[in-house]
Amino acid sequence: MGIQSDSPRFTDKDFASDQDVRWCPGCGDYAILKAVQRTLPQLGATPDSTVFVSGIGCSSRFPYYMATYGFHTIHGRAPAVATGLKVTNPELDVWVVTGDGDGLSIGGNHMLHVLRRNVDLNILLFNNEIYGLTKGQYSPTSPCGTRSPSSPAGSIDAPLVPAAFALGAGARFVARGGDTLLKQLPEVLKRAHAHKGASFVEILQNCIIYNDGAFDSVTDKKTVADTVLFVEHGKPMLFGRDGSKGLVRSPDGFGLAVATLGENGVTEADALVHDETNRLLGMALASLRPPHFPMVMGVLHCAPAETFESACRAPAVDTAADPVEDILALLHKGDTWTVA
Amino acid sequence: MTAPTLPASGQKLAGRRSAAGRVSLTPEVDFVRIRFAGDSGDGIQLTGTRMAASSAQFGNDFATFPDYPAEIRAPVGTTYGVSAYSINIGQTEILTAGDTPDVLVALNPAALKVNVADVREGGLVIVDSGAFAERDLKKAGYDANPLEDGSLARVRVLPLDVSALTLGAVKDFGLGQKDGLRCKNMWTLGLVLWMFGRDTAAVEAWLARKFKDTVRDSNVAALKAGHAYGETMELSGDVRRFDIPAAQVAPGTYRTVTGAETLSWGLWAGARLAGLPLFLGSYPITPASSMLHTLARMKDRGVTTFQAEDEIAAICAAIGASYGGSLGVTTSSGPGVALKTEAIGLAIATELPLVIVDVQRGGPSTGLPTKTEQADLLQAVYGRNGDAQIPVIAAATPSDCFHCAIEAVKLAVRHMTPVMLLSDGYIANAAEPWRLPDADSMTPFPTTFRTEPEGFHPFLRDAETLARPWVKPGTPGLAHRIGGIEKDYDSGNISYAPANHQRMTDARMGKLAAVARDLPPQEVDQGERTGKVAVVGWGSTYGAIRVAVSRARAAGKAVSHIHLRHVWPLPPDLGELLDGFEHVVVPELNTGQLATLLRSELLRDVRSHTKVQGQPFKVAEIAALLASLTE
Repeated sequence: MGIQSDSPRFTDKDFASDQDVRWCPGCGDYAILKAVQRTLPQLGATPDSTVFVSGIGCSSRFPYYMATYGFHTIHGRAPAVATGLKVTNPELDVWVVTGDGDGLSIGGNHMLHVLRRNVDLNILLFNNEIYGLTKGQYSPTSPCGTRSPSSPAGSIDAPLVPAAFALGAGARFVARGGDTLLKQLPEVLKRAHAHKGASFVEILQNCIIYNDGAFDSVTDKKTVADTVLFVEHGKPMLFGRDGSKGLVRSPDGFGLAVATLGENGVTEADALVHDETNRLLGMALASLRPPHFPMVMGVLHCAPAETFESACRAPAVDTAADPVEDILALLHKGDTWTVA
Repeated sequence: MTAPTLPASGQKLAGRRSAAGRVSLTPEVDFVRIRFAGDSGDGIQLTGTRMAASSAQFGNDFATFPDYPAEIRAPVGTTYGVSAYSINIGQTEILTAGDTPDVLVALNPAALKVNVADVREGGLVIVDSGAFAERDLKKAGYDANPLEDGSLARVRVLPLDVSALTLGAVKDFGLGQKDGLRCKNMWTLGLVLWMFGRDTAAVEAWLARKFKDTVRDSNVAALKAGHAYGETMELSGDVRRFDIPAAQVAPGTYRTVTGAETLSWGLWAGARLAGLPLFLGSYPITPASSMLHTLARMKDRGVTTFQAEDEIAAICAAIGASYGGSLGVTTSSGPGVALKTEAIGLAIATELPLVIVDVQRGGPSTGLPTKTEQADLLQAVYGRNGDAQIPVIAAATPSDCFHCAIEAVKLAVRHMTPVMLLSDGYIANAAEPWRLPDADSMTPFPTTFRTEPEGFHPFLRDAETLARPWVKPGTPGLAHRIGGIEKDYDSGNISYAPANHQRMTDARMGKLAAVARDLPPQEVDQGERTGKVAVVGWGSTYGAIRVAVSRARAAGKAVSHIHLRHVWPLPPDLGELLDGFEHVVVPELNTGQLATLLRSELLRDVRSHTKVQGQPFKVAEIAALLASLTE
């Protein structure tokens, strides 16, 4: 797994199934599908050793469009199914595809636990801040005040930030990408795949029917330079046209602030350097949002630890052994007595 | 593929131990029923299991019934904190813990209050009179001391200051009063062992294995002191020793088992016979947790256990494991199985093997967590959205759990379907001697995984079993997608076509018909295949029904006992068998669920006889029913 190859044996076409894709024309899912199909051959992945497991929702139709093994399960439960699969088959390359409703509402509990356990899965959470497949109700990531069929006067629950949720759950790898960020998304996918343990990737994804333009303020090509900060480990956190802005320590206490280089004596040296091993920094970065801050993309946190499946899985039984003898050995072990 | 005759593991239940087949009739001659009762923290369950082990080693047949509250340590001395352990020790075949204790040992007033009404008229009640101070009486809700007010006239009371006697026995160990009194259960056990003419060696050896230093020594001292007390003191003429000779049991190697153990071992044995690794996804729930505990200790035998975050994750992980080519199993009780409902449907739709174990307890909702009931039958058979029935197997006794578990694994793999295996709180916790099966009773049924790409699609079916091919992800050339959405019968791709859904539904239901076709002819456990009354039972009521029927038959009544192991699908010849009887009666611990199934499936008139009190049937209850039908 994770082997880089100069001349991939497979191409994106080898990862595309023969099924017609049934997402709405213009859906952000198409771009993500394409990015995954293009990236997998570059990772040395093979269709036969790759499994996509999904829950329910638009994003969860993903496995049907991949020419890999695939399991379209039930609402919210993909992390649990994938855990059982990965524990018993650690040699497989297992991906989980989910959405904001599937992964954080009905399946929030499983997401929490799969992350804290650190099962070696690549988890892609398509966040479109709306329920698409049930026709447009607000989701757990919808901003307060979202008007929808189930919230005609505007939603009243505070939204959660998927990447921050993942970090709070103890995820050892958390990254963020966007459906339209075609240059950066494959890089994020490669890092997620290379990470041993649960890799959580939040992908901002546009729902063209029920929540069109939700991320325009972030990813619009004209303004993206000012609204998105792409972080890289060991590099100063600069953004804006010509890298004119930087994330600095908040001058008035614990936190982060945006400073313009060259103003008030701020220089590039004042910009914080990204340290992806620092969980607290990752938490701080995950929660930033326009308009006062940039949306942070890239690998927010990466700090590998022992994976769950290696410790959980029982050693294989000796297949050459006679099962009946094994069974009798178990039954006769302990306090027995014999009646002649 | 030709159908192997099922079930190779179908051990006949009748006469499982008793070589002589004698009917137990006379208390204190054929058998003695004893109940230990005390506070939840008094070590009552431990006392009972040691008495069981001692009886096993002596050669008696026995059955036990642990009965304890849901609270871990309810306030000391209260009636809701009373824990009890009943054991029936016999020289004949013993199948129930007995209706009415011949001997009750009550370590405090609350234990006396809760249990004394069950004691047989004239039975012996040993009480710890040292625990009957005014404060103790008040906590138990007694206004007056029952030892003094004549209210216990119907039984023989032997008041002994067990507390003081125990403290005296352990005084040399420097224990405080509280720790010293914790040895009360061993003192009591010592006395009871003496009453049965047994020595203390086996219990001493066990204590030496389990404990060390002062804990071991003080418990051994208390045990011996209790035994010596019986030996040396002039107990009143009311107290006599019981002479219950060893039972005439079939030759073989035996061990004492609970249903939780045998069921766990059976699941593992089934997986081994199928050549599959066993994966258990489970979430702790009473009374099913002990299986998770048992299997968690079997990692070195290839068992992977996963304590999931909830019931749903537990079954979903098991489904993931089955998808990956392991045998996925999930264990729970009724409320947990309710949560697993949607996932069972997924396993049905994706046609993956899976065993779901439901250790039933009183319901609905949280219900009676530590008490037994058989009220999940219809949930097991029907409890899902869509037309989604699955095979249901029910275990009759702790020993039977082993064979039922193997059978469940076999059906799941053979037909690529989830199978529900029903146990209950009674047989999960009850102990009995088990004659270990021999090698000939277990035949491997190795699993074949599909590896041939030519002509493959994921929902191709075996013409006979209707099983689809099982493919391990990672198999070259067989990458495919499955899911809960309806599939095309001929390609496995998503299909919403009307006729296709009909065809797929028919195929899924056809698996039940295929299971039914393979079932062996329905046996009659006791009695003729025709007669006046057929008693049809399932699950853990087996023992009480068998004893009642055997006594009725000994009295010359034309009664037969039919026990169903396969409760769904029903044995195809059952209806015809029932036609041979004037009356068919179905006793069960619910409000008539099997009776409902029999009426709707067989269009036969059956009488339902039910009880839902969190307790197993008493033999006398079944006997009274039989008497009313055979007069």
